[in-house]
Amino acid sequence: MCTPDIPGTTLFDGRQARKGYALNKMCFSFNQAANREAFVRDEDACCAAYGLNAQQREAIRARNVLQLIEAGGNAYYLAKFAGIFGLDMQDIGAQQTGLTKAEFQARLLAAA
Amino acid sequence: MANLVGAITTSHVPAIGRAIARNLQQEPYWRPFFDAFAPVHRWLAETRPEVLVVFYNDHGLNFFLDKMPTFAVGAAPVYSGADEGWGLPVMASFEGEQALSWQLIDALVQDEFDITSCQEMQVDHAFALPMALLWPDQAWPVKVVPVCINTVQFPLPSARRCYALGESVGRAIRGWDSDARVAVMGTGGLSHQLDGQRAGFINKDFDLRFMDSLVDDPKWATQFSTHELVEKAGTQGVELLMWLATRGALGSSARCLHRNYHLPISNTASGLMLLVP
Repeated sequence: MCTPDIPGTTLFDGRQARKGYALNKMCFSFNQAANREAFVRDEDACCAAYGLNAQQREAIRARNVLQLIEAGGNAYYLAKFAGIFGLDMQDIGAQQTGLTKAEFQARLLAAA
Repeated sequence: MANLVGAITTSHVPAIGRAIARNLQQEPYWRPFFDAFAPVHRWLAETRPEVLVVFYNDHGLNFFLDKMPTFAVGAAPVYSGADEGWGLPVMASFEGEQALSWQLIDALVQDEFDITSCQEMQVDHAFALPMALLWPDQAWPVKVVPVCINTVQFPLPSARRCYALGESVGRAIRGWDSDARVAVMGTGGLSHQLDGQRAGFINKDFDLRFMDSLVDDPKWATQFSTHELVEKAGTQGVELLMWLATRGALGSSARCLHRNYHLPISNTASGLMLLVP
C-alpha cells in the first residue's frame, strides 16, 4: 500500500509483529507478578530465556520506549514492562516526547 | 423476541481503574469524568437491562500475537479479569449469557463474518472498567456477551466492516427468541496516542464531529481508512471502531439521551454517549 507515514508513529503491522515477537512475548509474560519478579531478580536470564536479540536487549537495558518500539515492541505489551517500574502512561509519554511529565501534562490540557 | 433497549459508549483507559482503586472519583481531576455517569445510572435503574453485549478490544490479556483473531465472540459461562501487569485489584467475575452468545455466533457466520468463538476468555480493563462505571457497586445485574475487535496488530478491520458487524449483531439480538431486555456497549477512545514521538496526540474537533455523527449520520466515520483514522484520532483512538459497531447494532435511527466529552483523563480524550432506538 502506498500511504504516507504519520509523523512520530509506527503502526504495529506484520513487519513489526515479526520483528518484535520475542520482545513482546517477554512483556506479555509480565501480566503475572511472578514473571515480573523474575525479571527484577535476573534481567539477563529473563531476556535470554525469551531470545531477545541485541537491539531488543539494549532497548530493555536502556528502559527507552522509542528504542523498544524501533525493536518491534508494541505499546500494549510495553505498558506491562513499564508497570514493573511503576510508570504510568504520562511517564511514558513524557519520555517519548522529550518533555518533563509536567510539560507533557500541560500539553494534554492544552488540547481541551 | 428480545428487546434492544439502548447503547452506551465510553472510554476505558487503565487510569480509570487506578482512580477507582484509590477512590479518587470526587477529586477535581476525576470528578468531571465520573459525575457524567449519573444520567446513565438513572437510565439503567429505569430500564433494567438483563443482558449486555460489549464490544471491546483486548490489550494483551486474553490474546497474544501467537493467535490474534480479528473478531472474537465470547461463549463462556463466566468471564474473569486478571492482573494485567500493574497489580490492580481484580473485579468480580461476569456471568455469561451463552444462549445469546451462540445466537450471535450463528448469525454472524450466516452473515459471512468469519469470527472466532471462545468458550474460555479472560476480559481485560477494556471490558471490566466500563462495567464498573455503569455499576459502581460492582454487583453486576446483567449477564454479558463480550465481542472483541482486534486493534493490537495491523491490519485492523475497517470502520465499514466494524459498523456492519454491529448491524449483524443488532439483527441477531432482535431475532433472539427471548423476552430479555438487551443493551449494547462499546468501549475505547476517543482520540489518544500512547506510542511514538506523537504520544499525547488529541483531536477534539474530530472527536466532537464523530460523536455528533453517531446520532444523525452514523456511517460518517466509515468513509475513513484505518490509516486515516490513526491520523485523525491517534494509534489508540482507532478504538472508536467499538463505538461504530455499537452504533451499528442500535439500528437505523437513534436518539441521544446523554453525552459527555472531557479531556484529559490520563493521555486520553474521554467520551460518553447514551443512545436509544
